[in-house]
Amino acid sequence: MSTIPMTPVGTPVIEVTALRKTYGSGETAVHALRGVDLTVWPGEYLAIMGHSGSGKSTLLNVLGCLDVPTSGTYKLDGISVGSLNERQLSLVRNRKIGFVFQSFNLVPRTTALSNVELPLIYAGLGRKERRKRAMAALEMVGLANRAGHKPNELSGGQQQRVALARALVTGPAMVLADEPTGNLDSESTAEVLAVFDRLNRSGRTIVMITHEDHVASHAARTVRVSDGQIVEDTAQWRTTGVLA
Amino acid sequence: MNFVEILRFAIRGLTANKLRSALTTLGLMIGVAAVILLVAVGSGASAAIEQSIAGLGTNVLTVSRAGGQGAVTRPLTVQDAQALLDPRGAPDVKASSPVVSTSVTAVYGGTSYDIPQLVGTYPEYFTTSNSVVANGTAFTADDVSNGRKVMVLGATVAQELFPGQDPVGKQVLANSIQFTVIGVLESKGSSGLNNADDTAIAPLTAVQNSLAGYGSINQILVQAQSADAMSAAQAEVTAILTARHRIAANQNPDFRILSQEQLLATRTTATDTFTVLLASVAAISLLVGGIGVTNIMLVTVTERIREIGIRKAIGAPKFAILGQFLTEATLLSLFGGALGVAAGVIGSQFTIAGIKPVVVPGSILLAFGVSALIGLFFGSYPAGRAASLRPIEALRHD
Repeated sequence: MSTIPMTPVGTPVIEVTALRKTYGSGETAVHALRGVDLTVWPGEYLAIMGHSGSGKSTLLNVLGCLDVPTSGTYKLDGISVGSLNERQLSLVRNRKIGFVFQSFNLVPRTTALSNVELPLIYAGLGRKERRKRAMAALEMVGLANRAGHKPNELSGGQQQRVALARALVTGPAMVLADEPTGNLDSESTAEVLAVFDRLNRSGRTIVMITHEDHVASHAARTVRVSDGQIVEDTAQWRTTGVLA
Repeated sequence: MNFVEILRFAIRGLTANKLRSALTTLGLMIGVAAVILLVAVGSGASAAIEQSIAGLGTNVLTVSRAGGQGAVTRPLTVQDAQALLDPRGAPDVKASSPVVSTSVTAVYGGTSYDIPQLVGTYPEYFTTSNSVVANGTAFTADDVSNGRKVMVLGATVAQELFPGQDPVGKQVLANSIQFTVIGVLESKGSSGLNNADDTAIAPLTAVQNSLAGYGSINQILVQAQSADAMSAAQAEVTAILTARHRIAANQNPDFRILSQEQLLATRTTATDTFTVLLASVAAISLLVGGIGVTNIMLVTVTERIREIGIRKAIGAPKFAILGQFLTEATLLSLFGGALGVAAGVIGSQFTIAGIKPVVVPGSILLAFGVSALIGLFFGSYPAGRAASLRPIEALRHD
């Protein structure tokens, strides 16, 4: 959807090489990722597609530092993630990554505002600053008037937009979304995708997993994963050297 | 991320499931209260026994009959008692009162009451046994020599037979024999185990004459000149009675002398056992309360592993997760412990099974400390396990 072509500059947000992930060992070992190479530049809007079991979720979990790869290297914003300790990893998750889940994953029995505030609390921000930023993030997803509602008082689409606000509130380098519209009706899907599009237009990097072509069509670049490997990548900069 | 935030998370976590938090608190509360209360009852019982033994009199030796084997055993007699009042042979003996005691049924008007112990004795008995006449008078040596049927009632007996009346001057039938009440004793307080007020005292001759019969007496109550003279007095009494009863050197004496200290020692051993028993019952209930906290923390953490995953995914450091759950467990046990201390201390203000509990400060400290430690120790295990999970493992948990 981006209209201004630009050249890839600076450090890639994501740079993975020869990424492998194996569950279990021996005869019963499952190879979820079999050597993935992927580079994502700042400002890109990327859709990862693939059948269930193709390894796309595992890839996204590794990119989100929720899971660790069996082998291979991962540089996030130039930082080699493999060498980070537990404490530094939680800092990276907090500052660099905004993760959006298919099942929203809001903290239950906690208001929308408190949910959005949560990453800022872990970041150590003061109360006033926190409130201000959380309200701004809710405003951005159009839910400022629902700040005091708890997750069970919100519709699916609203919950997902709260989750999106929570992912954005720390100003992360990228937003990772694992089938963010998978549990939503078409109207809510449109609302959530509109927020993603707006984010990307303002320069945010987005990596999104989806099953549906019409969702993927919002992204400028589509990566297809099958059997733990990337089988198709529509990145134009590969051939033209320009981000479309 | 400071402590106040962690505390807020913990409180929110606890209030999210109020019933469960309340039940856990209750478990610990009962444990802590039981420890404090049962230890208090135990020490209250000991205190009561000490008091009741002190009520027997000061510097008192009790001579009673013992079953000597083989040889002829001689009963204690009034003459034995009189023989102990010998300024030469027993300079350390201040007073000696023969005692016969029997249980009687006393009747006044339409009221009947069983007095477990009607004591027939000499007037010295009153001072020796610390029995103070609160109302009326004690009987005199003259009453004894004339065998007058007069009676001084213990506080309990007076209350039972003459509720709301002044017993002095009234006629009471003791096993159909008419006695005149001339006085009422000051209450010595009941200890729950034996009631020193459930008694009546009458002249020895009157009791022997009409109720117990002449012959042997039950006890001789000997008062020493002072606390320091107790062992000397005991030796003198032993010497005199050995001579009077013609006990050979190789024979066991047919009498037994007990001092207050000896009585105290045997009773104290008994109540110590009692206290230990109560304390171990209480300790078990505290342990059960602690297992309750552990169980709840395990369930809470397991149930909220997904939430832990969410928190980790948005960048919660390990110490924040650990701190939250640890604070929850500690708050639960501190709160339960504090309530338990309150319940235990309040409960100790009431008389339980006739015993006035005495709160032991050490038991409060111990019970509260143990409950706090249980919270910390058993809370840290499940919390530590959950905080170490990789976010994706925690998120996938159902």
